Amino acid sequence: MNEQHPSRSDGAILRVEGLHKSYGDNHVLRGVSMQMRRGETVVVIGPSGTGKSTLLRCINQLSVPDRGRVWLGDREITCKKQNINCLRAEIGFVFQNFNLFTHLTALANVRIGPMKVKGLKKAAATELAMDELARVGLSDKADAYPAELSGGQQQRVSIARALAMSPQLMLFDEPTSALDPELIGEVLDVMVSLAKEGMTMLVVSHEMGFARSVSDSIIFMEGGVILEQGPPEEFFTAPKEERTRVFLSKITELYGE
Amino acid sequence: MSTIWQSLELLVTKGLPTTVLLTLGLLGAGLALGFPIAFLQVYGYRPFRWLCRGYEQLFRGIPALVLILIFHSGLARSFGILLPAFTSALIALGLRSSAYQSQIFRGAIQSVPQGQMMAARALGMSKLQAIRSIILPQALRLSIPPWTNEFSSVLKDTSLASAIGVLELTKQGTLIFTRIQFVKGVNYILVILILVALVYLVLTYMGNAGLALLERRLRIPGFEMKGKVER
Ligand SMILES: Nc1ncnc2c1ncn2[C@@H]1O[C@H](COP(=O)(O)OP(=O)(O)OP(=O)(O)O)[C@@H](O)[C@H]1O
Ligand SMILES: [Mg+2]
Repeated sequence: MNEQHPSRSDGAILRVEGLHKSYGDNHVLRGVSMQMRRGETVVVIGPSGTGKSTLLRCINQLSVPDRGRVWLGDREITCKKQNINCLRAEIGFVFQNFNLFTHLTALANVRIGPMKVKGLKKAAATELAMDELARVGLSDKADAYPAELSGGQQQRVSIARALAMSPQLMLFDEPTSALDPELIGEVLDVMVSLAKEGMTMLVVSHEMGFARSVSDSIIFMEGGVILEQGPPEEFFTAPKEERTRVFLSKITELYGE
Repeated sequence: MSTIWQSLELLVTKGLPTTVLLTLGLLGAGLALGFPIAFLQVYGYRPFRWLCRGYEQLFRGIPALVLILIFHSGLARSFGILLPAFTSALIALGLRSSAYQSQIFRGAIQSVPQGQMMAARALGMSKLQAIRSIILPQALRLSIPPWTNEFSSVLKDTSLASAIGVLELTKQGTLIFTRIQFVKGVNYILVILILVALVYLVLTYMGNAGLALLERRLRIPGFEMKGKVER
């Protein structure tokens, strides 16, 4: 366990090295490597089907990569001897379509992780869950079931659910792309304040406003590899790769500035 | 008239209890076996899946009456194992119901969206924890309507146990009419059979009403059909 690695740089909370993943003949990830420092927000963009979701799922092992390694701090997630459930508990995951537990109220959705995974007593977990719901501005919806909430509210509950585990790292897979335009803002606001509070976040999103103003670094993925990575100022004003340029202009056309 | 009342009393006191007991036993046995079979079929390792599939195909493919005869006369004649008639019926119909119930639960488990399991695992729950606290409660709710169907057919299948002499409603009915069929020159066969049928009807109705109540008690917003047509 706790494998040391020559390229290890201090302070990296997440390290991904040489990740490969195929589904049948479909070679989706073709050697993805990246690092994140604690407190950083990194945004991943790239065309559809390029493996962005697969990358996030390989990081917390919801999909098992064929090759390559992933570290959370100094623990190797890809090491078979590591208890994956313990590691996953430290990595929040926010899904495009929320995936709230449909049979549980908002409160119970947020509470269930701390109770089942961390063994918190119900009273303590309730208190914690109410705090997290307050953090995403949904204290008054604690007793509502997912079907009674708007998409934006559901996504905020799902963020609260992830936060209740006090994760070291949050993964967001297109958290706003299933939302009506007028509901995107409320979710982005929550994410912006999380970033400001120093949460480490890896975000797949084509919300360029968010990427520009909040991220420390932007990754452009295409064809299963990272084509280009850089801080937003450089990335938007002087992309090195022609492909990045083409993609950015398409995105601006689609989503506006 | 008094003959009818006496017959009804006899049916209710000396036939109904066995029918109810057998029905409950069958549903219970079917549930106890059907649920694990369903979970093994969905989440189990491959050999388990094949095994469960074989089991389910076998017991769904044999007529109920044949199964009852196998577990009674068949076992007795070939192996000298003479089970009490009630036990034979319980085993034969119980195995059969477990096969049907496993398919109800399998369908329910599989109609819980994949994302639910994914979200549970992403929180750090083990597969077993996720099944128990996320998949199971949802699958159980989804199972109630089709399970109501299974209840109705199991209840009525218990009448087949009369073939091996279990003294339940149908058997009691036939005993009554063979004894009194020509009282006062009236043919009572049809009358008694109608009485028997009525008792089944009332039982089915009450059972269904109870399950509908349960379904309503457990109802959760979002679990009813979405986009209901209101007129
Ligand atoms: N579970 C799976 N089984 C088989 N193929 C899969 C699976 N998940 C993803 N794929 C395939 O892998 C490829 C990459 O998918 P992925 O979802 O990672 O892309 P993406 O970059 O997130 O795209 P999008 O922007 O559309 O979400 C696609 O061709 C997809 O069909
Ligand atoms: Mg995706």
